[in-house]
Amino acid sequence: MKTRIEIRNGPLVAAEPSDWLRDAGLSGAQVQFCGQVRDEQGSVEALHLEHYPGMTESVLGTIVEQAGQKWHLNGAWVVHRVGTMAPGDDIVQVAVSAGHRQAAFEACAFIMDLLKTRAPFWKKELIDGHWFWVEARRRDAEAAAAWLQALSGHELP
Amino acid sequence: MMIEVRFFAALRERVGSDRLEVSPPDSVDTVAKLVAWLERDPDLADALAATPRRMVAVNEVLGSEESSISQGDVVALFPPVTGG
Repeated sequence: MKTRIEIRNGPLVAAEPSDWLRDAGLSGAQVQFCGQVRDEQGSVEALHLEHYPGMTESVLGTIVEQAGQKWHLNGAWVVHRVGTMAPGDDIVQVAVSAGHRQAAFEACAFIMDLLKTRAPFWKKELIDGHWFWVEARRRDAEAAAAWLQALSGHELP
Repeated sequence: MMIEVRFFAALRERVGSDRLEVSPPDSVDTVAKLVAWLERDPDLADALAATPRRMVAVNEVLGSEESSISQGDVVALFPPVTGG
């Protein structure tokens, strides 16, 4: 499995993951998730993302490795943006390639759900000229917990 | 014993610093004991109290307040993560 894990302080390019994953027919399926900055009914002027350099890459690497052990993947791409961005900008790309679609769908969702609750990133939003830290959501923790339960017996990152 | 403590996001802003080098006594051998030892400083106590939901990493690996710590470890304290 080839992997690409990167923290980028600049815009993401939508076509990059699919071009990078292309493998001349080895894979029959490619699934790509792209997370974007929501404007929350026009109230969010900007979003800033902070991370823990070093630890972030290692947590993402462990999550991708676990996905590769659970599903047969040919490639996995995780590129996450940091710094300041605008509503509508892409924040994160998770893309995987596999022989068949089910593995690709599930692995992509697994990587994203674990990223949300384990990778050390923090968001703050600029609203009416003031920065507010975004609170973690309970449903994100529940989504990751569901995978943990489904994969119990596996060591997770 | 030397420990490097790192803070991120809202907790970093409340502490007013992103890292501290501290020398707790050897009896401080878990993250929970380190936090209690840090809380002897009133400003740190206020910052920690204002951030009651926290995650922990020891040497860049997710842990918990029960995680053991020893000489030279890097202990990071931060609010629940919100990436993606």
